[in-house]
Amino acid sequence: MKAAAFDYVRPDSLRETLELLEQHGDDAKLIAGGQSLVPMMAMRLTRPALLIDINRLAELKNLKRSAGSILMGAGTRQRSVEDDTALHAQLPLVKCALAWVGHAQTRNRGTVGGSLVHADPSAELPLAALILDARLHLKSKAKGERELPVSEFFLGPMFSDTGATECLTAIEWPVWERQGTGAAFDEVAIRHGDFALASAAAQVQVDAQGVCLRANVGAGGVDGVPRAFPAIAERLVGQRLDNDDLLRSVAVDATATCEPGNDPHASAEYRRHLATVLMERVLRQAAWAAAASFEGSK
Amino acid sequence: MSKIKLTSIAIKVNGVVREAQVEPRTTLVDFLRDTLFLTGTHIGCEHGVCGACSVLVDGDPVRSCCMFAVQADGLSVTTVEGLAPERGKLSAIQDAFCEKHAMQCGYCTPGMLIACHALVERNPHPDEAAIREAISGNLCRCTGYQQIVDAVKHATGAKSGAHD
Repeated sequence: MKAAAFDYVRPDSLRETLELLEQHGDDAKLIAGGQSLVPMMAMRLTRPALLIDINRLAELKNLKRSAGSILMGAGTRQRSVEDDTALHAQLPLVKCALAWVGHAQTRNRGTVGGSLVHADPSAELPLAALILDARLHLKSKAKGERELPVSEFFLGPMFSDTGATECLTAIEWPVWERQGTGAAFDEVAIRHGDFALASAAAQVQVDAQGVCLRANVGAGGVDGVPRAFPAIAERLVGQRLDNDDLLRSVAVDATATCEPGNDPHASAEYRRHLATVLMERVLRQAAWAAAASFEGSK
Repeated sequence: MSKIKLTSIAIKVNGVVREAQVEPRTTLVDFLRDTLFLTGTHIGCEHGVCGACSVLVDGDPVRSCCMFAVQADGLSVTTVEGLAPERGKLSAIQDAFCEKHAMQCGYCTPGMLIACHALVERNPHPDEAAIREAISGNLCRCTGYQQIVDAVKHATGAKSGAHD
């Protein structure tokens, strides 16, 4: 299986990239890490006439840390986030999610922005971005900059709100207060690192007495897009989280809104079962991690 | 597209700069095997599932079927042929693979060696979980992985498990 022929260009700047996109539109495709795009090209699921390689653009690899958020260049490699321990303290859910993203070989090439734009409903980083309510920065030559919450970005399987002439430039990750915050990610796949049959992620914040101040939970692989359930998770606020019945009721009600598909790997019913079990589990694990965050400071 | 367009590239492969003209759609693994005749790197699935084509790009393991040769222009690539310290010698990991019988048919072996080398470069004393994580992107249908894990433990001086 070989890709169809294409032209290749490696621009030196974002400005040049946006000009090329303006000129070629739908015929062109941006390639960052290429870990989803190259296999799709090999299988001829897509055959762009022009590949614009943004893999080396330093402008897309910036990282700006501030107290309340982190602005991460879309071209940031997954592996460099995995290696950045300071970042893990600020974005514990992203750290947890990355452990499930592909394999070392793919994380060395794959980028954070590429994973979001690709919008695989079972991918980990899109789910983490949804749970954290990240904001996305996109740019095009004609329309300039555009920002939108990630909750409006995923439109369907492998379909994100990225215009033909647009480039995702940065992801703005909200940072939760370190003390009292805990995160967890879990999934079931046929082989570790494969596409998840179902996945779940949660981040919670508790006070020193263990009462929940803030919570979000979500699931991947169980609908056309990754799903987060902020309204259902809101039920946890003001409650202690060492209450399995409460966590289970959140997981059950969240799963009830999902419409998973049937495929040879797993039935819809099985995916629903996994989503419920996994969401309950990640809520419990996130609550443990949140409680544990107080231990060092006592 | 009627006419085949070629792009000039220069890639440092196993320490030597190799210049060539390639079609943009040529994958790195096809370039290594068909242009440079470095057939140590194997092709398995050609779409990023099996890990047989793993090579080091600027020191990090990547799948050479999921990268076009043009993307490696100006970068440094190490293939399985470049792992040994000198001609006729084996690296510690390669030697341990022989010692622990970490291969049977040999199809996955180049990719496994690359993955294990990269692991030990980053983490000279990996525990079993780290070893299993490092080779999780590489399929082996013969060994059941146990001997491969044993080989890495052997090469890094860790105690092997109870199955020994």
